[in-house]
Amino acid sequence: MKSIGKYFMFLGSLFVNRESFRTYVKLILDESILIGVKSIFIVVIVSTFIGAVTAVQTAFNLVSPLIANYVIGLIVRDMTILELAPTITAIVFAGKVGSNIAGGLGTMRITEQIDALEVMGINASSYLVLPKVIASMLMYPLLVILACFLCIYGGYLAGTLTNAVTGEEYIYGIRFGFNEFTISFMLVKSVVFAFLVSSISAYKGFFTKGGALEVGIASTSAVTNSCIAILLADYLLAQLLL
Amino acid sequence: MIEISDIKKSFDDVEVLKGISGTFYQGKTNLIIGASGTGKSVLLKCMVGLVKPDEGNILYDGRDFTHADRDLKTEIRREIGMLFQGSALFDSKSVEENVMFPLDILTTMPKSEKLERVNFCLQRVGLSDVNNKMPSEISGGMKKRVGIARAIVNNVKYLFCDEPNSGLDPQTSILIDNLIHEITEEFGITTVVVTHDMNSVMEIGDHIMFLHKGVKEWDGDNESMLTTDVKELQDFIYANKFMKRFRNNPTI
Repeated sequence: MKSIGKYFMFLGSLFVNRESFRTYVKLILDESILIGVKSIFIVVIVSTFIGAVTAVQTAFNLVSPLIANYVIGLIVRDMTILELAPTITAIVFAGKVGSNIAGGLGTMRITEQIDALEVMGINASSYLVLPKVIASMLMYPLLVILACFLCIYGGYLAGTLTNAVTGEEYIYGIRFGFNEFTISFMLVKSVVFAFLVSSISAYKGFFTKGGALEVGIASTSAVTNSCIAILLADYLLAQLLL
Repeated sequence: MIEISDIKKSFDDVEVLKGISGTFYQGKTNLIIGASGTGKSVLLKCMVGLVKPDEGNILYDGRDFTHADRDLKTEIRREIGMLFQGSALFDSKSVEENVMFPLDILTTMPKSEKLERVNFCLQRVGLSDVNNKMPSEISGGMKKRVGIARAIVNNVKYLFCDEPNSGLDPQTSILIDNLIHEITEEFGITTVVVTHDMNSVMEIGDHIMFLHKGVKEWDGDNESMLTTDVKELQDFIYANKFMKRFRNNPTI
């Protein structure tokens, strides 16, 4: 409970005694490159293969001749939009970006760089963390949209290359009974997950105490806590919005 | 001038500072000395606001820092420069960007003026042609100099140095000590240095405060320190064989 209280106080500290707007614009752009652009490669790999595997495994389970092949496309689409693109990518995002945020801030803490900022009269949490949180909330939904396309495309490639489904059937399947709200739901989830990963990781890194070993522990703890928070939020959002 | 009165600080059940009072004078190099674990660094951190004292007041030219509101605290902090034990340079920024950082954030100076000021400060600490180097590419002594340049770049009124010559060879230590002393006199800064290095004490100690087990046992200048009758201070000064020769033969 003490940690949760400290976490919310930390979040509050991001918005007090801020620097000028132009300072944040530059920092957010820099962080967007670090957080967003440099995560594209891993997102491309993970989402394409997840889509492919989903298509192949769905095809494997469709043994009844009464179920049309286009269902493969439909299942890949719904699984991708509702769960795979926002949630699995969030777990990957927590592993890559979350550990990076916690490790970076933890190192800054133990080498007194955060103290140096505080002594200069700069609100270190706002200066260092707010741009990371905003950049994550801006870039992660874009990564999820990319993951969504690639996941469905991966399913298309795997399905057609293994002759499990024809291209026409798959495309018919992904257009069949499409509910636009699922896209809104996916984007809401992605913004919430990005906030959770970036803020929890920043919190863990910002309050690191000790030396190099503790920085490693903070990074691990950031990823673990982010994953738990993602799964909890995933359930709550599904319960609330669907 | 910085005045502290009755500063107390405990961590859990351990009382680290037990009511320390004293004055640090403008234009002088004020030293806080004492053995390891006597609370020197904690006192310094209380003074710059990194640690909140449990009791007591810290006055910066009459302005109460301890009980100040956020705006006054920020105003005073922007008049403070600090050299950290490990230099605390931002590793992702070059030397030039490190020194320019306080100007980028705290001022609206045009870029050319900032660059001029950065180059002046780097030259003042005896560094040239290092602007584009990264902190990982320069030596420990150079890092300390860059740290000093960054600390004074914004025309600070107060300079704090936490063990400025730890990890440095004796020659570089003396260079850094002298640099701090010269800058203090040249710019009329109130400088507070935490050290346990007797060379620094004898070289630059205009005003010295001796701490022992969280209590101020003595303060004065470095010459009167050698003739002190405070036993703890005597033990501290004459701990090594070289200094013991002075104790046994004051005419040296």
